[in-house]
Amino acid sequence: MAEKMELNEVEVWDGNMAASQALRQAQIDVVAAYPITPSTPVVQNYGSFLANGYIDGEFVLVESEHAAMSGCVGAAAAGGRVATATSSQGFALMSEVLYQASGMRLPIVLVVVNRALAAPLNVNGDHSDMYMGRDSGWIQLDAFNAQEAYDMTLMAFRIGEDPEIRLPVMSHQDGFITSHTAENVRPLSDDEAYEFVGEYPAVNPMLDLANPVTYGVQTEEDWHFEHKARQHHDLMTKVFGKVEEVFAAFEKKTGRKYNIVEKYDMDDADVAIVALGTTVETAKMVAEKLRKEQGIKAGVVAPRLFRPWPHKQIIEALQNVKAVACLDRSSPNGAMGALYNEVAGSLYQCENRPVVTNYIYGLGGRDFTVEHAEEIFKELAANAEAGKPTTPLQQFIGLRGPKLSFY
Amino acid sequence: MLEIRWHSRAGQGAVTGAKGLGDVVARTGKYVQAFAFYGSAKRGAAMTAYNRIDDEEILNHQKFMSPDYVLVIDPGLTYTADITANEKESTKYIITTHLSKEELLESQPKLKGKEVYVVDCIQISLDTIGRAMPNTPMLGALMKVSGMFELDYFQNAMKTVLSKFPQKIIDANMAAIERAYNSVK
Repeated sequence: MAEKMELNEVEVWDGNMAASQALRQAQIDVVAAYPITPSTPVVQNYGSFLANGYIDGEFVLVESEHAAMSGCVGAAAAGGRVATATSSQGFALMSEVLYQASGMRLPIVLVVVNRALAAPLNVNGDHSDMYMGRDSGWIQLDAFNAQEAYDMTLMAFRIGEDPEIRLPVMSHQDGFITSHTAENVRPLSDDEAYEFVGEYPAVNPMLDLANPVTYGVQTEEDWHFEHKARQHHDLMTKVFGKVEEVFAAFEKKTGRKYNIVEKYDMDDADVAIVALGTTVETAKMVAEKLRKEQGIKAGVVAPRLFRPWPHKQIIEALQNVKAVACLDRSSPNGAMGALYNEVAGSLYQCENRPVVTNYIYGLGGRDFTVEHAEEIFKELAANAEAGKPTTPLQQFIGLRGPKLSFY
Repeated sequence: MLEIRWHSRAGQGAVTGAKGLGDVVARTGKYVQAFAFYGSAKRGAAMTAYNRIDDEEILNHQKFMSPDYVLVIDPGLTYTADITANEKESTKYIITTHLSKEELLESQPKLKGKEVYVVDCIQISLDTIGRAMPNTPMLGALMKVSGMFELDYFQNAMKTVLSKFPQKIIDANMAAIERAYNSVK
């Protein structure tokens, strides 16, 4: 029987430690992992918890991320609670198996510490890997700081494992800016955390030999479409309600309130930044500052749930503003940024269509500064005033050299 | 908001020092951040680590910082690293050196006219801990210069932070903190 860990009311943990502790408290049956920067400490801490007697489950070090996710698929199909962690190239190598996991409806939890994709090689944070996962059929939750990395990882189990949902969940955090920044984190006790996550509700476990089942069958033209449609249907109709339910239960337990789309200073906002990750908090601080100092009615909107895409909640959050900037921390490589496309697609359906512009920023860990956020809000204020874009639609911010922009 | 930048070589414990400081400060109900710039850091490579401390939740995640304190824990970095980068008029410098303050200012004239304190964290750690581990002595010096915590309170808090280590190491660190606290000038 695993030992319980005594935790302080306030711990100073980085995002990696926060995620490792959530994994430990969830009492996972199998972790199969292949460590990669910047998520290495998630797995390293977990291994040390195991060695020190705090974990009962199996911990399998495998030969690649492809094997790590394959191990997770096997263990989840066998009927266990399963999780792992990765970043960047590791995520890319896992990608084939990500679709297997979601297609077989296996509720694996994957901690993704977001990092840039090579080439050029870069271990620092951006959202390229998170965006790569967006069509994989997984649920994607995004944390903006270390506390949220802990909270989202705990909640990921309860959301994905619900027999109504049975889908794998990614718990995202920003590489280094969250994963290697120690901050105040208020953890639950081991008992409280496990009580929240609950016993693993096995569905069709392969180890139940009295009731043989098949996973990963071949369907071809006959059934493939129906399977995919059913998965998409569940993502579009069941997940939002379940996420809200789990967020509400979590608030009851901790007092920390989460929303499918987070809104800050949005009640009377004229202009809004839409962003993901740590940028949300920096932008929130700047919005508050600009309201006080310059009277710009600025706000911030942030999808806590990136997949399934919260179409209705995004419309509800942004329909009354005049100008919106979508900030993408990933090279779109020949298109508008993904967040821009999602948000613009949703807002096209509302009556009052705000002016929507796109900023590409922070690739490979490039700093997103207070100054950048101020510049964006000021351009948004001009767009709101003019009722049309006063800047090119897509601009690069924080890039050296002459200003780069398109359309 | 109080902001601190550490200049260190990878392996000298700046990250541990910054996290230790964060740990102690968080126990008083304040909010903290401790982070570092890594890149492809190798042992011995110049690096920087950072602390933010505030009474309110810290939302600022930019890496850019105009520090209130610059802590240099490797003597050579005073000459080879840009330790005055993004300084303010009020920035205070605590520098590890075997030199007197006058000798230091002569050898690095860009520090002239600034609020500079000197302490030999390398020698202190060699004498107390038994190897060059200048991070905890620097924290002792910071406590004296900043008046952030009384020596006793800080030592007791650090004992808890270091509790996973053997008593011998804890005692050595306490001695290092105390000597730096009393010798920083």
